[in-house]
Amino acid sequence: MTGAATFPHEGHVPVLRLGGVLLVTLQGDLYDSTAEQLQQDIGATVADSAINGVVIDLSGVEVVDSFMGRVLSDVAAMTRLLAAQTVVAGMRPAVAITLVELGLTLPGLRTALNTEEALRLLGAEVSALPRAGRAHRESP
Amino acid sequence: MTHSTGSVSACLPIHSDLDLVRVRQHVRQMTAQLGFRLVEQTKLVTAASELARNALIHGGGGQMECTPVSSSGGVQGLRLVFSDQGPGIADLDQALSDGYTSGEGLGMGLGGARRLVHEFSIDSRRGVGTTVTVTSWTSRPPRPREAP
Ligand SMILES: Nc1ncnc2c1ncn2[C@@H]1O[C@H](COP(=O)(O)OP(=O)(O)O)[C@@H](O)[C@H]1O
Ligand SMILES: [Mg+2]
Repeated sequence: MTGAATFPHEGHVPVLRLGGVLLVTLQGDLYDSTAEQLQQDIGATVADSAINGVVIDLSGVEVVDSFMGRVLSDVAAMTRLLAAQTVVAGMRPAVAITLVELGLTLPGLRTALNTEEALRLLGAEVSALPRAGRAHRESP
Repeated sequence: MTHSTGSVSACLPIHSDLDLVRVRQHVRQMTAQLGFRLVEQTKLVTAASELARNALIHGGGGQMECTPVSSSGGVQGLRLVFSDQGPGIADLDQALSDGYTSGEGLGMGLGGARRLVHEFSIDSRRGVGTTVTVTSWTSRPPRPREAP
């Protein structure tokens, strides 16, 4: 896409900025420290710039354990406090089945079947509402 | 009921973040080789990740032994033994209950790992350490036959 800029991320987590949306692509097996670093970086980026949505693409992730699950819900909670929405996209069926059996249903985490749908979800909402009104948009 | 097909196939150290990655990759590779289906692979890898992290975080480091096993009925399985020489667990019921953590975790690892595997046992002694043994099979272990 034109106008999109990639910047390298420690631990090889590609982060792409598409207008007001941060697209984070998780791939393979992450170190705990990389996941924690990513959480901090997303927080800093969302706080510093006009980011109103974060999409975390999990389609390349084969395992989500309770540590990674906590990172994902912490990112969602943190971005919410910073007036942005997080959507987790593309979770593999085997990962979803395992998470439920593990006991992690990750309430509060918005999901989409793929990145395109997540972007549409955010794009639609973001353009439908003025920025000042977004803080009151939590309840469905 | 369970017969080990041989000696321990691998013994991996658990002393760092990187070791957790190695544990997950090793268990993934072994389950794939043994013919576990994808969901069952994912469950055992996830359980291994939880137990290895517990050995690292709560047990101060330890190791995982990984052994292919086969049942008397010829079903293939994988047994993982996580051990550490940490402080041990004072109250096992409490540690296994969902949401209990003595640290900063979600408290879902131990109970969750138990749900994700076919067989689970834990041996922990205060001041001596903790050993958690889990086994899963490529297909569910046969249930005792019901009377016709
Ligand atoms: N190997 C271990 N050594 C000592 N304590 C442990 C060990 N594994 C688990 N525990 C105890 O059991 C609790 C629950 O473990 P777990 O369900 O994995 O949750 P978490 O790791 O998120 O705290 C831990 O907080 C810890 O107190
Ligand atoms: Mg744990």
